[in-house]
Amino acid sequence: MLRDITLGQYFPGDTVVHRLDPRTKLVLVVVYIVTLFCAKHMVTYAITLGALMGVIIASKISIKVILGSMKPLLFIIILTGILNLFYSQGEPIISFWIFTITEEGVWNAVFMVLRISMLICGTFMLTYTTSPIALTDGIEQLLQPLKKIKVPVHELAMMMCIALRFIPTLIEETDKIMSAQKARGADFETGSLLSRAKALIPILVPLFISAFRRADELAVAMECRCYHGGEGRTRMKQLKFAARDHVALIGGFLLMALVIVLGRAGL
Amino acid sequence: MKPILETKKLTHTYGAGTPFQSDAIHDVDIAVYPGEFVGIIGHTGSGKSTLIQHLNGLLKPTSGQILLDGKDIWSDKRFTRQTRFRVGLVFQYPEYQLFEETVYQDIAFGPTNMGLSKDEIDRRVRRAAAFVGVPEESLEKSPFELSGGQKRRVAIAGVIAMEPDVLILDEPTAGLDPVGREGILANIRAYQKAQDATVIMVSHSMEEIASNVERLIVMDHGSVAMTGSPREVFAHADELIGMGLDVPQMTHVFMRLRQMGIDVDPSVYTVEQAKEVLLSMKGGH
Ligand SMILES: Nc1ncnc2c1ncn2[C@@H]1O[C@H](COP(=O)(O)OP(=O)(O)OP(=O)(O)O)[C@@H](O)[C@H]1O
Ligand SMILES: [Mg+2]
Repeated sequence: MLRDITLGQYFPGDTVVHRLDPRTKLVLVVVYIVTLFCAKHMVTYAITLGALMGVIIASKISIKVILGSMKPLLFIIILTGILNLFYSQGEPIISFWIFTITEEGVWNAVFMVLRISMLICGTFMLTYTTSPIALTDGIEQLLQPLKKIKVPVHELAMMMCIALRFIPTLIEETDKIMSAQKARGADFETGSLLSRAKALIPILVPLFISAFRRADELAVAMECRCYHGGEGRTRMKQLKFAARDHVALIGGFLLMALVIVLGRAGL
Repeated sequence: MKPILETKKLTHTYGAGTPFQSDAIHDVDIAVYPGEFVGIIGHTGSGKSTLIQHLNGLLKPTSGQILLDGKDIWSDKRFTRQTRFRVGLVFQYPEYQLFEETVYQDIAFGPTNMGLSKDEIDRRVRRAAAFVGVPEESLEKSPFELSGGQKRRVAIAGVIAMEPDVLILDEPTAGLDPVGREGILANIRAYQKAQDATVIMVSHSMEEIASNVERLIVMDHGSVAMTGSPREVFAHADELIGMGLDVPQMTHVFMRLRQMGIDVDPSVYTVEQAKEVLLSMKGGH
């Protein structure tokens, strides 16, 4: 069922990872991604993977959930692996017909698959442990400097917040409409590509109508409460850095430095 | 008599294997007989919608069986698809499923999916429209121009047009005015009579249940708490109230009369019955 998609979903909890400031987590994800791209050798990969594992364990989110949500991306991961396997220059180990597999290819494939999986896992950890509201708050705060060059940061954050808020609602709605049309004999699973695309009309039309209706209602509700954009707006939840945020940030940067230094040393 | 629809130890768990796992219904055994008008009541979240979505094969049971005419609806693929047409399901707020350019085309969606001939589709669309009181001239209108109540009727016609043997409705009158409610209930009864159909209706209105159904299924926390005629079920007023449900107004009145020491039949639940009882008491004096 559609509802089973956990991509970008938030799992409420009360662990250190959950309690970290969203800004800290956002910065750490960027640091983590940079680190991941600096890692070129087994040792540095192992260190990065260790850090990721540490965070996963601390967040108490089961590995099963994480692996499950990587399923939709499995195809891309495997494809990247295969492409790397065949398209790397170096010492051939096996070759048949027009394909050659090189030792470098094998390593590249392994590292590439590992890198993509770890990248996805790492960003999932952000969305799994941070509520969408906190996340947009964090992004808004981090992007504050852009206001100077007239980027409508608050408006963008608000739009993102609303979009995130409505993803589950729309999924639920799609589910409902699909069931209702299935009850009238609609068939989404069989038939040619064209007939399957046509079968989407009975879902998309009601879905769009309801999305517009919701948008309209939301706009009215916001106006009724005198919403007028970011100017002079205060927040109910103030973001504050705690000691754990400093520790986490220092840890993250140290990890990046370590990986870069080790990388220079050829590891 | 053999039941037309039957469930055996039906259990459904939403989101099995995720942190949001929850048992919506467990070990539900119900049987519905041909030609009956059955009501399902239960508090919010008691699993009514989950249960009825199993009856036409929209949801697959986590465990247990659903039998249509004694045959498991999941036993083969073709039978599952047939079940969709033989057991028509009208969802809660069905007006949100309308999508076609005209009312006619929308009602024709189900019959078209059944692969019927053009003439047969035309016959069914017009018949279904007549059942729910959609006038001929509305058939060429866009469904989005209609009022909420009219949209609801069109959506119900869309299911009726498949001429199902069993018609299931999830709170068909929610959010309508009293006239609209009675109108839709009359439509449903008309369909049942004309087609010799079996009807299952979920409702939160005890009045509606009391004046329409022949048998009641009471759901509580995902299992069947009681079944029986409205008379039998409403006689357990205290239990029903304990489950967060209510009893019809008339039951309240007659319970009160009894408390006041007047010897009346406690199983009265409709205005008609009340009238009869009271008149006969007066006549007896
Ligand atoms: N798609 C779903 N995913 C997860 N849980 C669900 C889903 N649908 C229903 N539930 C849960 O299953 C339980 C039964 O829900 P159901 O919709 O069957 O209740 P209901 O009796 O129809 O309630 P209502 O009277 O409000 O319509 C509820 O606890 C609900 O939260
Ligand atoms: Mg329901």
